[in-house]
Amino acid sequence: MSEWVKSDRQKERERVRTVRARRSASIATVSTVVFIVLVVWLVTNSPGWPRVSETFFDREQLVKALPDVLSGFWLNIKIFLIAEPLILVVGLLVALARGITTPAFFPIRALATLYTDIFRGVPTILVIYLVGFGLPALRLQGVPTDLATLGVIALTLSYGAYVAEVFRSGIESIHPSQVAAARSLGLSHVRTMRFVVLPQATRRVVPPLLNDFVSLQKDTALVATIGPLEALRQAQIHAASTFNYTPYLVAALLFILLTIPMARLTDHLAARTRRRRGA
Amino acid sequence: MSVLTMEGVWKNFHGHSVLRGIDLEVEAHEVVSLIGASGSGKSTLLRCVNLLETVDDGAIHLDGEEITDPRVDVDGVRKRLGIVFQAFNLFPHMTVLDNITLAPRQVHGVAKAQAEEEAHALLTRFGLAQKAMAYPDQLSGGQQQRVAIIRALATQPRLMLLDEVTSALDPELVLEVLGIIRELKESGMTMILTTHEMSFCRDISDTVCFLDGGVLLEKGPPEQIFSEPEHARTREFLGSVLRSGRF
Repeated sequence: MSEWVKSDRQKERERVRTVRARRSASIATVSTVVFIVLVVWLVTNSPGWPRVSETFFDREQLVKALPDVLSGFWLNIKIFLIAEPLILVVGLLVALARGITTPAFFPIRALATLYTDIFRGVPTILVIYLVGFGLPALRLQGVPTDLATLGVIALTLSYGAYVAEVFRSGIESIHPSQVAAARSLGLSHVRTMRFVVLPQATRRVVPPLLNDFVSLQKDTALVATIGPLEALRQAQIHAASTFNYTPYLVAALLFILLTIPMARLTDHLAARTRRRRGA
Repeated sequence: MSVLTMEGVWKNFHGHSVLRGIDLEVEAHEVVSLIGASGSGKSTLLRCVNLLETVDDGAIHLDGEEITDPRVDVDGVRKRLGIVFQAFNLFPHMTVLDNITLAPRQVHGVAKAQAEEEAHALLTRFGLAQKAMAYPDQLSGGQQQRVAIIRALATQPRLMLLDEVTSALDPELVLEVLGIIRELKESGMTMILTTHEMSFCRDISDTVCFLDGGVLLEKGPPEQIFSEPEHARTREFLGSVLRSGRF
């Protein structure tokens, strides 16, 4: 059969499409510019603007605070890099424990349920207080006293509960026919989970998990409340000595810089899943 | 004037041509069947008509209007078409009645009472009067597919597209669904359908088209295609259908 030679009609059609694409792009640009100009005009013309500009956007303060806040921020990064894998492990184990149906293991299931109920219910900042001040006060052998470590423990406890629920919903979203097929092949419950259910469930929960991690990245700032010198604490120290709030802005910008790549990665993965489903 | 005309329609996926210059005309009240092996382009052809796929060349006209023009109002075109899928694609969170009245109410602006009255009339006509308040999960496959056909019918489409509507059903349920399609033909509905049910196809079609590798190889009344096919490839395909016991 003949090969495809683009017809004049198709060439004309593609020309129309290009024109329309160009038009939509220029409309988008214009409306974005108008929007930004409007917002900037509104903010800079507000009555309190000169004062806000002075206390939040002071270049000199920015330069002075940046090194300290940046070095504090390195601690934030370390906290969440250590907490993230721990949270994944805790979350997965708790999710699996909640799915155990063997009667003999009822206490484990009950404990897992109790854990998620409690730690999803208690505000993260309270967990940090309780762990940060309560745990060392027990004076038990081997309990860490390093504030950042205690912060990691608190964040892991708190986020582990959320992530467990994410994993659990992922496991439950796998159609029962998949379990039926695996069990029919003679695979045990554990092997069914390991080879059939979890690989599918994990793929499905990656976007909500990344969302929780974005949230975790900024919640590392809550650890400031028990004292370690991370970004927010450093900013507080600077602000307290000069009554200028620019250091807070510096800290905020650093957190945004950290979370934006994660947010884009989430979008990218979600888009990829949609494409694979052929939508 | 023809309801639908296709001239030299090409569709490529990843550098591979799935439709290679299809020409087809469908007259009012005509039933056209597309047959051919899997991957011959039958379903893609229907999806192009429905504008679910953008053609890469050629043109499709619906009632004389070119619907492949980039400036065309896509929703406006789809308003005039009804499509039924192999996997039913009913909305699982809605009752049968809501599935059927969704488009008449939201797209065509029919009042709730009137839409529901018409839906009930259709359900009664096709023997599903008792199921109006049921959810899709509570129905058999055949019932679900009949509801899907009624849903497509409820907007009084100019042309119905049926994409292997019986492939997911067991033989008894196939009969239920084929009964409906036969009734639609008698009521004068214009239809394009893809199918693997050859005896049904022979029975119901005015025109049968054999597709092979994206080319419309042979076209004619069912007696001709099934009794004296011109092309060796058509004979081969019908022979394998015969041997697999599906004729």
